[in-house]
Amino acid sequence: MELIFERSKPGRYNQMIPDLDVPEVAIPEAFKRESELHLPEVSQPDISRHYTELAKQAHGVNDGFYPLGSCTMKYNPKINDEMAALPGFANLHPLQPLDTIQGALEVFTESEKLLGEITGMDHMTFQPAAGAHGEFTALLMFKAYHESRKDSKRHKIIVPDSAHGTNPASASMVGFEIVNVPSDEAGCVDLEALKAVVGEDTAGLMLTNPNTVGIFDKNITEITKIIHDAGGLNYYDGANLNPIMGVVRPGDMGFDIVHLNIHKTFSTPHGGGGPGCGPIGCKAFLKEFLPKFYPVATEKGVEFTTPSQTIGSVKGFYGHFLVLVRALTYILYLGKEGIPEAAHNAVLNANYMKHHLEDLYEVPYGGICMHEFVMSVEKIKKDTGVSALDVAKSILEHEMHPPTMYFPMIVPEALMVEPTETESKETLDEAIKVYRQIYEDAYKQPEKVHAAPANTPIRRVDEVGAARNPKIRYEFS
Amino acid sequence: MGLGKYVPATSSEQQEMLKTLGLSSLDDLYVDVPQDLKVTELNIPAKQSELEVRRHLTELADKNTVFSSVFRGAGAYNHYIPSLVKQIAGKEEFMTAYTPYQAEISQGILQSIFEFQTMICELTGMDAANASVYDGASAAGEAVNMVVGRKKNKVLVASTLHPMTIETIKTYAYGSDVEIELIPEVNGRIDQAALTTLLTKEVAGVLVQQPNYYGLMEEATEIGEQVHQNKSQYILSVNPMAAALTKTAREYGADIAIGEGQPLGLPMSFGGPYLGFMATTEKNLRSLPGRIVGETEDVEGNRAYVLTLQAREQHIRREKAKSNICSNQALCALTASIYMTVMGPKGLQDAAYQSYAKAHYLAEQLTEIPGFDRVYPGEFFHEFVTTCPVPAKELTEQLAKHGILGGLELENGLLWCATEMNTKEQMDELIAVIKEVCQ
Repeated sequence: MELIFERSKPGRYNQMIPDLDVPEVAIPEAFKRESELHLPEVSQPDISRHYTELAKQAHGVNDGFYPLGSCTMKYNPKINDEMAALPGFANLHPLQPLDTIQGALEVFTESEKLLGEITGMDHMTFQPAAGAHGEFTALLMFKAYHESRKDSKRHKIIVPDSAHGTNPASASMVGFEIVNVPSDEAGCVDLEALKAVVGEDTAGLMLTNPNTVGIFDKNITEITKIIHDAGGLNYYDGANLNPIMGVVRPGDMGFDIVHLNIHKTFSTPHGGGGPGCGPIGCKAFLKEFLPKFYPVATEKGVEFTTPSQTIGSVKGFYGHFLVLVRALTYILYLGKEGIPEAAHNAVLNANYMKHHLEDLYEVPYGGICMHEFVMSVEKIKKDTGVSALDVAKSILEHEMHPPTMYFPMIVPEALMVEPTETESKETLDEAIKVYRQIYEDAYKQPEKVHAAPANTPIRRVDEVGAARNPKIRYEFS
Repeated sequence: MGLGKYVPATSSEQQEMLKTLGLSSLDDLYVDVPQDLKVTELNIPAKQSELEVRRHLTELADKNTVFSSVFRGAGAYNHYIPSLVKQIAGKEEFMTAYTPYQAEISQGILQSIFEFQTMICELTGMDAANASVYDGASAAGEAVNMVVGRKKNKVLVASTLHPMTIETIKTYAYGSDVEIELIPEVNGRIDQAALTTLLTKEVAGVLVQQPNYYGLMEEATEIGEQVHQNKSQYILSVNPMAAALTKTAREYGADIAIGEGQPLGLPMSFGGPYLGFMATTEKNLRSLPGRIVGETEDVEGNRAYVLTLQAREQHIRREKAKSNICSNQALCALTASIYMTVMGPKGLQDAAYQSYAKAHYLAEQLTEIPGFDRVYPGEFFHEFVTTCPVPAKELTEQLAKHGILGGLELENGLLWCATEMNTKEQMDELIAVIKEVCQ
């Protein structure tokens, strides 16, 4: 496929704006650009074709099954996009007078009410740009909270060994020391191990429930109590909220702050990697530590306020507003009946797939799973040499996206499957057939699986070479 | 019957699937959830049809005022967005994909990021750019974390940066215990004499914005020389539109270029989602945070693109990570690439030049009105500050009544902005209304 720069010819031009209608003014020599600006010079018809060609070589939820564990690749409703494109939202300058942005501010206050109810939290900030950014924001609030109490010894964050990689990374950015706690045989937090590590230096715990092996930790209230009793705070990583929304709330489980991945649970497009949206909700006692620009409804209308002990701002302006408009549209459409319905069916679909695969693919943490389950290809690899990567690459031949690979790290040769509620039984049955066929191939013709994929636009790539000799931009001759 | 809320399973299918699992009801799926924690019913509105939701959201949108004439920038800029940009960026294949982990079926996304990285390198004059970060302000926070180390833990930040960027840097630094010191300003620009005394051996980097918050051009080359004499890294935050026409960050001597990409085809969107970009020289490549796409080959020797240099990321480093960034702004980056492609070098430079010329016309017309004087002398790009003879808020309220979003109220006046979107007619009308209000 040609690069856009390879389609370029000097002198091609698309007229977009009228000629200048005011006198010309010279730019002083001292500030003039010296080097030539190489940007594509391509006509509109060819630009259109270029991107259509790129689109054909992309796989989205709209192209086929996408059970990427931990990413909740559910259908992205089109009404959401239409609402976000309304000029009354899209064309608002962020620094307009308050009386001209009341509708936009109501998007914030209304979303706070709905998401607060779904999570069991009292207040929300919409400033964080993505889940990891929400984690970072929450940990800054942890730090500020302990400091406000002159409790300066609390420098450790406890993270289960099955946690998302962003948890320890976020804690590291806030200068916390990370303490890993092992999982027990059921894949849940080992209570004795947890009790052994908490103490006066515990700043808090970061946990996702259901956890990354798809199990709901039934000891959850005991876990959060151990942390609270030690003087720490509990942080809920909301990446796995989808299977429990409308069923059980993090706020009732004993969590003090929760982040949401709006682009996962609340159906907004993943966009090839973003933009996400990672609001955090907190209990009332943490309100004063929230970021700036906290919208509050008053008699005169909605106003921005600054919490008295705010941690500051984690980005410019107020957050990914247009992403939130999409989520609000989704929540109102589903309503109090549709939210739990989505959760139930996400869980049903995951269990149905697991049931039809676990006789072939080992599921190390059994029982009823939530929205996702993790299979291990370890035994298959031992028997045949076919790895989790090989299985994933074979799945590509069937116009399906593979599961998440090699995560969580507590499961060797892991494949993490999250079908979501928006997939039909027919799609699940088809995927089950494909996964079972690949298992058979692994034993009968492993070389075929090693060589997969055979029918994709490109074959397996040289990743080592890419990292050794990085070529990360096009060079103009 | 189901609720019709994107869930395809019919009741009989649900029963059939439950039977397969040996369960009798959906509630049986939640055996691990303690009974006393379960929610009986959410206290949120009942489900609504698509039409009802559309009405509600449209009502909310209609409560806002969309100004036909915008003379306000300050971090969010009103530029023309060609039709093709919105159409292509709205393609479902781009919208509904995620991070391109599986290169074999993601070449379209990967190549578009490679093209974006190249265009950002072209705008900034740098060797390497990442796939984007959240926005310009968080890019500044990430850049600060990039330059500090064990021995040098201090970064000097120009007080002429956008206040929200300064705020964000301070918040990031509160987490990482990096020491931030503001470089004082004189006449709206960095006080270079003060900078000289602030440049000590603990200083890991210096962050400057060009053009600065007041729209003024800093003496960025001279500042860069001072910074390098002190063996510190020079971070320049640039406006990508201005960068098409003026010296690149590299030409000013910067080691790291960052900025807010919103002017490149993204609507003002009430502040987000926007697009943070980061670029640097080859020697800094491995400390650049965020996703990076590289060119390589597949097993048959075909050119291919893949996520690369991932050993820098939190997936591997976990406890030692300096950045936790996981998602990026891929769709916004794609939008910016399409925008730059449609505009081309000539079109982008024309839009930049028109913004420059129109801002200068506006400044000339405004300062002819008594009581409106430039607060800071010197060269500016497409923003400038004037005094205001009447209370600034009073003036902007009057302008709003005419459908005009006037300059942003600052402590000492108004921060004005013009772009290619402002016609001469609009500007003349603005001047006429101001004259009426102030007389």
